Amino acid sequence: MTRLSGIPLKFTFDGRELTGYLGDTLASALLANGIHRVATSIKYGRPRGIVGAGVEDPNALVQIEKPFPEPMLSATTVELYDGLEARGLRGQGRLATEPDPARYDAKHAHCDVLVVGAGPAGLAAARAAEGRVLLVDDQPGGEAPDGVRFLSRTTAFGIYDDGFVLALERRGEPAAPERISRQRVWRIRAKRIVLATGAHERPIVFPDNDRPGIMLASAARTYLNRYGVLAGRRVIVFTTNDSALDAAADLARAGAEIVRIVDAREGYGVIGTDGGADGHITAAHIAKLGELQGERVECDLLLVSGGWNPAVHLYSQARGTLRYDAGLGAYVPDGRLPNVTVVGAAAGEGLPETKVLWQVPAPESEVDTRFVDQQRDATVSDVLRATGAGLTSLEHVKRYTTIGTAHDQGRTSGMLAAGITAEALGADLADRRPTTFRPPYTPVSFAALAGRNRGELHDPVRVTTIHPWHVEHGAVFENVGQWKRPWYYPRPGETMHDAVQRECRAARTDVAVMDGSTLGKIDVQGPDAGWFLDMLYTNLMSTLKVGRIRYGVMCGVDGMVIDDGTVIRVAENRFLVTTTTGNAAKILDWMEEWLQTEWPHRQVYATSVTEHWATIPLVGPRSREVLGRLAPGLDVRNEAFGFMTWQDAEVAGIAARVCRISFSGELAYEINVPSWQGPALWQSIVDQGATPYGTETMHILRAEKGYPIIGQDTDGTVTPHDLGMSWVVSKKKADFIGKRSFARAENRRPDRKHFVGLLPQDPSVLLPEGAQIIESEVVPEPPVRMLGHVTSSYDSAALGRTFALALVRSGRERIGETLYVPVGDQVVPVTVTESVLFDKEGARRDG
Amino acid sequence: MTVEMTEEPVRTQLTVRLRDGGTLLGVALPEPCTYTSGNGVDILWMGPDEYLVLGPPLSRESGDLEAALSRESDAVVDVSGQRVVVRLEGKHAADVLAHGCSIDLEVAPPGTCVQTLLARTGIVLMVREEGFTILVRQSFSDYLKAWLADASLEYAA
Repeated sequence: MTRLSGIPLKFTFDGRELTGYLGDTLASALLANGIHRVATSIKYGRPRGIVGAGVEDPNALVQIEKPFPEPMLSATTVELYDGLEARGLRGQGRLATEPDPARYDAKHAHCDVLVVGAGPAGLAAARAAEGRVLLVDDQPGGEAPDGVRFLSRTTAFGIYDDGFVLALERRGEPAAPERISRQRVWRIRAKRIVLATGAHERPIVFPDNDRPGIMLASAARTYLNRYGVLAGRRVIVFTTNDSALDAAADLARAGAEIVRIVDAREGYGVIGTDGGADGHITAAHIAKLGELQGERVECDLLLVSGGWNPAVHLYSQARGTLRYDAGLGAYVPDGRLPNVTVVGAAAGEGLPETKVLWQVPAPESEVDTRFVDQQRDATVSDVLRATGAGLTSLEHVKRYTTIGTAHDQGRTSGMLAAGITAEALGADLADRRPTTFRPPYTPVSFAALAGRNRGELHDPVRVTTIHPWHVEHGAVFENVGQWKRPWYYPRPGETMHDAVQRECRAARTDVAVMDGSTLGKIDVQGPDAGWFLDMLYTNLMSTLKVGRIRYGVMCGVDGMVIDDGTVIRVAENRFLVTTTTGNAAKILDWMEEWLQTEWPHRQVYATSVTEHWATIPLVGPRSREVLGRLAPGLDVRNEAFGFMTWQDAEVAGIAARVCRISFSGELAYEINVPSWQGPALWQSIVDQGATPYGTETMHILRAEKGYPIIGQDTDGTVTPHDLGMSWVVSKKKADFIGKRSFARAENRRPDRKHFVGLLPQDPSVLLPEGAQIIESEVVPEPPVRMLGHVTSSYDSAALGRTFALALVRSGRERIGETLYVPVGDQVVPVTVTESVLFDKEGARRDG
Repeated sequence: MTVEMTEEPVRTQLTVRLRDGGTLLGVALPEPCTYTSGNGVDILWMGPDEYLVLGPPLSRESGDLEAALSRESDAVVDVSGQRVVVRLEGKHAADVLAHGCSIDLEVAPPGTCVQTLLARTGIVLMVREEGFTILVRQSFSDYLKAWLADASLEYAA
């Protein structure tokens, strides 16, 4: 028989080669091939078949193997395609080990009215709505009313505040054309939302209710009328309401024999089933409700209908309240939500009146086969065990039994569990709060949620304008926040250690250059700029003369160091502030917070210029000579261009601002040019023979001088005094941020952790950063008294040995003492020293 | 091409702060979330007292523009190197943006100017008659261009 489109599709299920048609789901194609059994139950290993025809199905989980492995999809929602290979699952699937070649993306959409569901109620709502109307429906195909934007194959799976809805569109199966995304997450913002999500039929619980061939009546009707598949020939219908009678009539017209209608309203029920060797149903036992002996009637299909549950998931997600409707045996929307309206079956409208029957009284048996949640293999006994243990809330019973927590989120089982719980407790469901519905409504793959944010686009990579040079010259990069910074530049055959030692030697004995463009830079100007910086920094900035530079430290209101850097006085009312690379945005926000909330009357304007400038430190005894050659118009003599001053000059023919700043203790200049001119300046400097160096060398050079890096050597609990920088805290200023905290008793304790140096007694031992420091040679029984930890640790070319920086309790009082650092099974003895280890007298900074 | 991305040459870009005033360089100041144009410049609203003046491509006269603005305002900062200017044009330009930008572009008329996110980076977005102009921090521009190229694939002719 030709069905649907008539276009045949070949597929494989559990190794069998089969044919279906374009328009089939995997489930309808299997049923058309006479296959009911799809899966095996997770706990008891029972054969399981197809129960539903959509997202309500609890059983038919499959593993897709080809074209790309995907675990745990419901056969009732997988559209059939040529070459599909799938197999039935016992609960768990397997994730692909290879990368998914398909594309996934997201798109934003805006509308006045969003209608979810294109059934009769949804179509009517879309037709009546005004303005920009967006209609989404999870089924393929269909047509929307004129002027309505329509997304088919699109499941609204999450609803959030202020009309924000997430929906998943399945755009191409199995694999979309190369440039088209396979799945798309729609991020919809709607002024009003109409939920026309329909209702799901629910089953009835009886012994052996989980056999293949036992199906929801509505599902059999869908398979017949939409897919042209008759799910069985000898059919028994067990129902509590009239809707299953319509299903029976349709199946009878298609040639099935309806051997018995078991109507609970007439006092009859199914009290058990028999199955064949494959588990498929062969007969049902029918009895008067309450009687435990029944008549055996043969069949190959048992249709069940216990009534209908409105699909209130999205309404509940939006925090709509629900009430129990005793006529439906289900929860329906209650009250009102602003801008969210529920219509049609989802509101309980037009659903058939039903006798409420959760389970059929059944004979005692050793093994309980009265399944409530088939996916979780949870039975009536499990519910009774929960209530027997004293649980009375539906939410608690759900958690105890796991009913409703599988991929189908209890669409067939949740209401049954609630009803059976209420029966066991002698309670009225009207007094019980239903379990909470949470997004997503249906499973959504991580690949879809990630969308385009994968691989190279996973997170922005920030680079400087000089980056292409670094790449071309073999730099190894280090991630610093989102920045990619050159870590070191290995020459052929060099290890990292070799390269870094060479770069350090160049900076200390010759001339070296680095790309420091990531340094945060903020232009601060206005008549109150000096006053503002005095408040921000612990030291005095307003006294700085134009043309000069000062180092400063910023603290939070708690008196702990948050950042450090230099301040350049550009003009009477204008400063340029530098921040650490990682803190650039944070410090600008910090400035704006104070300016906007505390001092709006002050005339100060802060502007980020981090990326306007390329910043290139030129370091080493020969740096003056190189700068002199590149800037013939600049008097580079020490007398004319002193330490901590700046000058504007042409460097390599480019207008530049040159600062005499050093982060290494060596004679050094920092050359700033507009970012687009960075590459030209860099090349000119390298052409002069300067050795490029990376962040590792920068770290070593500064550590040898005991310069802390905020965020590496500090952790938000360190004051300037702890760092040994009392000199940077003004005693003259009336106020500045953090000042009051310095008077706290806690800040004056003599046993605070101080910033000191550590020299391992074996000069070849490199301490791991983060290692703990203790007092004794042998690690004592816990609790061990920790004195502090290693914050930075390097092998120094200049010192000819390893060294470390550390925060150590009463560290400055311990200088000269031996302490111990447990490393693996070893305990490394170290000598505490001052933090400055190289050129203590500062003889090198003027060259 | 149904989408075309073009990087503009470096233009003079000046951040101007002005607490009280109605014009700059004789051009009316923009209302919030808009920009105005005239006398060879675009003036973009960036905040209650903050504007970004986009001038012509860099030239010797760029300094004159800064000097002129200094006379009319509370503060001027040269940020010409701070952001890269990218034009996005073509029938599907708005579609491409909708993949990563939550602004409702269907109801954003020419003259609109917003600071927002495109994918995972902050941008300034100007809506023009011919399409869109995107200003992005220079360090993020490689990322942004790669993202735009990827998002445009679907609409490639």
